[in-house]
Amino acid sequence: MGEPAILVEGLTKSYGPVRALRGIDMAVPQGSVLGLLGPNGAGKTTAVRILATLLRPDAGRAVIVGHDVVREPDEVRATIGLTGQYAAVDENLTGRENLELVGRLLHVGRSAARARADELLADFDLVEAGRRPVRTYSGGMRRRLDLAASLVGRPAVLFLDEPTTGLDPRSRVGLWDVIARLVTEGTTILLTTQYLEEADRLADRIAVIDEGSVIAEGTSEELKDRLGEDVVELRLADRSRTEEGLALLRPLAAAEPAPDPETGRLNVPVRHAAGTLAEVVRRLDAAGLEVAELSLHRPSLDDVFLALTGRRAAHEAELETAGDAPERGRRQGRKAA
Amino acid sequence: MTATTRSMVRVVPRTTRRSWWVVGDAATITWRNLLQVVRNPQLAVIDTITPIMFVLLFAYVFGGAIRVPGGDYISYLMPGIFVQTVVFGATGTAIGLAEDLQKGVVDRFRSLPMAPSAVLVGRTLSDALRNLYTVLVMTAVGYVIGFRFHGGLAGAVLALALVVGFGYAISWLSANIGLLAKSAQAAQGAIFIPVFPLTFASSAFVPVQTMPSWLRPIAEANPVTVVVNAARGLVSGAPDTATIVGALAWIVVIVLVFAPIALVNYRRRG
Repeated sequence: MGEPAILVEGLTKSYGPVRALRGIDMAVPQGSVLGLLGPNGAGKTTAVRILATLLRPDAGRAVIVGHDVVREPDEVRATIGLTGQYAAVDENLTGRENLELVGRLLHVGRSAARARADELLADFDLVEAGRRPVRTYSGGMRRRLDLAASLVGRPAVLFLDEPTTGLDPRSRVGLWDVIARLVTEGTTILLTTQYLEEADRLADRIAVIDEGSVIAEGTSEELKDRLGEDVVELRLADRSRTEEGLALLRPLAAAEPAPDPETGRLNVPVRHAAGTLAEVVRRLDAAGLEVAELSLHRPSLDDVFLALTGRRAAHEAELETAGDAPERGRRQGRKAA
Repeated sequence: MTATTRSMVRVVPRTTRRSWWVVGDAATITWRNLLQVVRNPQLAVIDTITPIMFVLLFAYVFGGAIRVPGGDYISYLMPGIFVQTVVFGATGTAIGLAEDLQKGVVDRFRSLPMAPSAVLVGRTLSDALRNLYTVLVMTAVGYVIGFRFHGGLAGAVLALALVVGFGYAISWLSANIGLLAKSAQAAQGAIFIPVFPLTFASSAFVPVQTMPSWLRPIAEANPVTVVVNAARGLVSGAPDTATIVGALAWIVVIVLVFAPIALVNYRRRG
């Protein structure tokens, strides 16, 4: 194990009174993928913007392949690729021109920029589309082109800030395949996401971030051991007997079952859904507890947060989404910076 | 994707020789901005139709109503329309920058090892070239309806250079508004607040002597008045050196004041 490709120590950043990052540490080994999982406003984008040299941290340090982001920004910029939350491609330029533009700004020389553009168009299945202006592209094609644009300089480290947000499921899976293939080629990736499934599928390690701090970190397996692989969600007909139900189900749970204070629903994370579901019903029935609702689902970001913090992530996330949060957050970020 | 691993293309991002970058990167950004105009038929048509419309409207609507010294309103008018049009054209700098910021294009640029000033230099340059195109279209239309340069080729070139140079200077003021605005729409609204009084409280369309006494000194000191008067002298074949020097001084001062502020604002927008 050599030096980690991404090393972050005690990074903090505030926008006026808002503490976006409260001291985070990360070490991402070369060729691995770290998934930064958290709701809107958790500090994911701020972290990526600092690592990509767009923002200066208030304190702490970040080193990308041996280069400090504050002291050697140009060296860092020559090493990284950034794909933001919105496809940062020019509508009226063709796909190919968009890629050539990045190559020229990387100073690779005009013919190399052209050749690299052709290569990436082929890799991303955009050869035909490469001659058309981007305004004729679908959302998925735009994201693919945007990802291709961040790869022009063959970055050793790639930052993907919510790469699939707003995509339909099919395009999302398509983009996951592309990212997975990049990983096999040895690129180090830091990926932010609101989807547990996405982090699970792509990341070697997952860091859960909340209110500017990393609240849990580990491999997907380690998190599942803590949080369960599936979640049994149920509601008792008699809400006053919730505590009684909790006591009965606790021995079956992979992690502490959490009652939702608002709805009275119980979320019981379990390791093996198949056998456990029947056992849940048997135990409650034997105690004379009537079940009003029962369902089984894969853990979402919400469940992770409920298990880790005892509160829902969605509450803030929903509030923020209502006001087009990522955009607003970014703008506030710029203003404050 | 497999092609990436056995790629034949050598791509080596360079991080040295920074002083060269500004020129090359600014040229690349200029190319990109102009390509966007050329590729957007609506924008290209607007850039052509607007100056034609301005010349014809002002010449025929105001032409009969406004009495000017010498009585040749079209020759009096053209330098005014030139300057007004390039100042309006410079508002495009604010809108274009705000759009690039909003769409995350500037984030991409800032994550590349390019010269930071190139985004601003390229933007103001491409807007100056758009303005040059507009002014040439207006000159052609003006010639059809009787406008003539009476100061020879040198006079004509210097007059147009002053006009386009002034538009370039205003682009740097405009750039700051684009960098501070929260959206392209906000930028569009904000930029006209300085631009309207600047263009209309001036000698662009009417002689300053016709204005009320409190407004007259303001209009006389207005850089638009100085540039319009300098261009008028050159167009009419009676150039006034002091006014030309004054116009050049305004251009230099505006750039020297607003370009550094714009660079600071660009770096600050993290």
